[in-house]
Amino acid sequence: MPQQAASPSPKQTGTELVRIVNCRQAYPKESSTDLVVLDGVNLSIRSGEIVGLLGRSGSGKSTLLRIIAGLLPPTGGEVIWKGKRLEGPAAGISLVFQSFALFPWLTVQKNVELGLEAQGVAPAEREKLAEDAIHLIGLGGYENAYPKELSGGMRQRVGLARALVVRPDLLLMDEPFSALDVLTAENLRTDLVELWAEKKLPIQSILLVTHNIEEAVLMCDRILIFSSNPGRVAYELQVPFEHPRNREDMAFRQFVDRIYALMTRRAPVVSEADMTDPDMRHVQISADAVALPALPMNTIVGMMETLAADPLHGRADLPLLASRLQLELDDLFPLGESLQLLGFAELEDGDILLTPEGMRFVQSEHDIRKHILWQSMLHNIPMVRTIRAVLDERPNHRASAERFRDELEDSMSPNYARQTLQTLIGWARYAELFDFDEEADQLFLDDDPTDRS
Amino acid sequence: MSTGGQPGNLRARPNLADLLGLLAIMAGAVVVATAGRHMLVPIPASEAGTIHLNPAYLPGYAVRTTLRMFAALAASLVFTFTYAVWAAKSRRAGQVLVPLLDILQSVPILGFLTFTVIFFLGLFPGRMMGAELAAIFTIFTSQAWNMAFAMYQSLRTVPPDLEEAARCFGLTPWQRFWRLEVPFAIPALVWNTMISMSGGWFMVVYSETITVGNTDIALPGIGSYVGVAIEQRNLAAIFYAILTMLAVILAYDQLLFRPLVAWSARFQTDDGATLAAPDPWVLVLLRRTHLLRRFCLRVGDGLTRIGWLALGPRPSAPARALIPPRLMDAAWIAGIVVCALTLGWKTWTFSHAHYSAGQVLHVMALGGLTLLRVMITVLVASVIWVPAGIWLGLSPRRARHAQMAAQFMAAFPANLFFPLVVVAIVHWHLNSNIWLTPLMLLGTQWYILFNIVAGASSYPGDLLEAARNFHVRGWLWWRRVMLPGITPYFITGALTASGGAWNAAIATEVASWGDTTLSAQGLGAYIAHATVAGATDQVGLGMAVMAAFVLLLNRAVWRPLSNYAARHYTFD
Repeated sequence: MPQQAASPSPKQTGTELVRIVNCRQAYPKESSTDLVVLDGVNLSIRSGEIVGLLGRSGSGKSTLLRIIAGLLPPTGGEVIWKGKRLEGPAAGISLVFQSFALFPWLTVQKNVELGLEAQGVAPAEREKLAEDAIHLIGLGGYENAYPKELSGGMRQRVGLARALVVRPDLLLMDEPFSALDVLTAENLRTDLVELWAEKKLPIQSILLVTHNIEEAVLMCDRILIFSSNPGRVAYELQVPFEHPRNREDMAFRQFVDRIYALMTRRAPVVSEADMTDPDMRHVQISADAVALPALPMNTIVGMMETLAADPLHGRADLPLLASRLQLELDDLFPLGESLQLLGFAELEDGDILLTPEGMRFVQSEHDIRKHILWQSMLHNIPMVRTIRAVLDERPNHRASAERFRDELEDSMSPNYARQTLQTLIGWARYAELFDFDEEADQLFLDDDPTDRS
Repeated sequence: MSTGGQPGNLRARPNLADLLGLLAIMAGAVVVATAGRHMLVPIPASEAGTIHLNPAYLPGYAVRTTLRMFAALAASLVFTFTYAVWAAKSRRAGQVLVPLLDILQSVPILGFLTFTVIFFLGLFPGRMMGAELAAIFTIFTSQAWNMAFAMYQSLRTVPPDLEEAARCFGLTPWQRFWRLEVPFAIPALVWNTMISMSGGWFMVVYSETITVGNTDIALPGIGSYVGVAIEQRNLAAIFYAILTMLAVILAYDQLLFRPLVAWSARFQTDDGATLAAPDPWVLVLLRRTHLLRRFCLRVGDGLTRIGWLALGPRPSAPARALIPPRLMDAAWIAGIVVCALTLGWKTWTFSHAHYSAGQVLHVMALGGLTLLRVMITVLVASVIWVPAGIWLGLSPRRARHAQMAAQFMAAFPANLFFPLVVVAIVHWHLNSNIWLTPLMLLGTQWYILFNIVAGASSYPGDLLEAARNFHVRGWLWWRRVMLPGITPYFITGALTASGGAWNAAIATEVASWGDTTLSAQGLGAYIAHATVAGATDQVGLGMAVMAAFVLLLNRAVWRPLSNYAARHYTFD
């Protein structure tokens, strides 16, 4: 059940456009239980509001967006669109893509006209409507350009115009600004909010999927915070500010801080004990499935050194750290969680602080660092313990990587399993804990294992 | 990674996989030695061309056919590592060698037979060797140009930063070639070799029954077996041959093609572009063997050492040339012009003496007919395979199977199926001008399918989602969404298919069943008849006209089309 974390109750304005009831999305797997991407998702969107869906990559928010768009039927639950059960792509819902998804062989004009053409609108009217949309979104004069001639920001404007021209009731935006550079993204955000506030957009509501906390606070009236593994709505917040909003405003900053705190509150910690308990199976999916990000050791070390040095001295406010290091939410959280997993740092209330062990690591020479990491990995990551035990036991100190990947796949998708093992190998190589023979796809112990304890 | 010196090294102990591998190698050696001995025997006077239709002989024939294939492959590799390297390394040589290669690529390979048979039989009078070499040379011509081009292009596109690094470390030209340039070229080279070999099976089957003028030699092999089966109207024998060929291609596909392509992926410089496919079982098996693996590693080490030999000078500041380069260039170009003029004059006088204007016009008209045939077949094949390929390509699972099937079918020599069609034409008294035509594309249509599947499966998913979101359906979907996206792939496929079709014209416009001979009007039939009659000057004229058609078509139609598609219909 989503917790009501914000004090004011949601304003019951507007009519309900879409309602998602107990939605579940799972992919069948051969070996074990299904891989659950979304579970028990309930939400509704009313006319007149911008709703933000905030969560990390891989938390299933894009999947949810596609379910709402009717592009993907949910495995369980249902989507009610304007009072009727949704079957297939709905008229009145337009999608804006992270990758723009413009047809490279069509001009700006033709790209925008595509939706109208599919509706069978007469050419003359089509042209006029498209031109209006192009002008509205600030692309006048670029009608005959091909997408590849435009910059990223302008391409996304085309994507917007194409979505708006069919006059949808609901505009779905899938991380629309994350492929753009900072300045361009800001410019487009402001323009969009301005058009929305002036009621110039031919739409009733917007659902914005994002992993950028400030963006969500800047644009949305309501924010749904998504948790991962499986994706579900963890918190719901009403944003109490009027447009236009000011990032530097004290209240704004505090609101951002609060979301950071919420998002770090229940950090997933691995516990292999759950894995072996058959009755805990449905729980373990969220508990032990720490899919490790593709995070090289030197990034982790760099982060720890930054944290330990002046002026942070081992403790930092996450939003501040994010802006100082120019890191997005998607870079920062995996880093923080990996440090936490290794026992080198703690996350609490939107802050990150180095543990004594972390401090010791930073202050040590390279060889000692290897040793600290060696012990930390064996102590904190059950999979590493398993791997090492198997390798020690084998007479030739070799084992197929496939079997460990299979084991990981019990709790995550094959792609994440591959990535997780790869990250583990990278860390293990730093600590000289074990090595990997890529060609034979085998893990092995290098040289004599007795010179280390 | 060094494995030696480990206490109690258990990895060198032979295992079951080793035993299997050794047995396979020994069996292979025996087969090769036996077949090789046969090559050197004199042409048996009475036994000349005696091919037994008893299926028991077929495995032996299959081995002989396969060996010819590999002999040609070896020759092609030698050619690739000399000609292409020279063309890439020397600017001046490149000015001549590259256009020459372009022309050679357009010459119908089957036409060469006339000249090569006479040449090689003259070289080894009275021995099978001459005929063997002629057949091998034919296969060589079907592989070498394509491979040399791949090598040349790779050598010209070695990333400059790697080139600079090599120079920085003072690698000699020999070291740079083996440490940098060859590894960089391997993916393209392996892929093109495999494509060439697929085409080669067609040639080997065709070239085994060589009839030039009054020399008529049948080399023992699957092709000649089918030839005899046709002569004796033995339909069952043709089925046996097809089955045997299926086994051979299956072995080639599983034992060579897939492991090699998987292995070559290691040399891909742009990482992560291709989806990691599971390793083919042969590669997995090879890696499991202990002794064999060690042996391979040793051989690999030895080869690596050869690559490190410091042959040639270390890089140094460019020395001032004794003669100014401009002057050398002028002399070089003058030399080329003189040669070209002399050749042109010789050709002109020869043509003047041998061909009348009417004859040339007649051959060109025949060329037009064949052109029409090629175009129609490509069109018909496209109408069938484009929708099918898109349907297959849009599902990843279907796409993978379709790709494998198409690769397999492209390697299968289509000429083994020709007799079946001919039997049908003879039986129902069909018009051979029309019904012989589809044979041209029987073998090469798969390139269309293959490329369309590749195009559809790499079509960006978000564009498909956008189309669904905006309710783009039916004809509009084809016109605005799908067809433009696969156009570059289609052009590549159609280009390959039509190129193959020209070549196949010589083999398909004339066909026989027993003593019934069917013939269609066209340039291919003209060359085929002239070959049988041993009329060298007519074959020459036919080949020149066909090469001109192909060149013109490539320059005037395919190249502009593919440039246009590359500008307008590619993603990002």
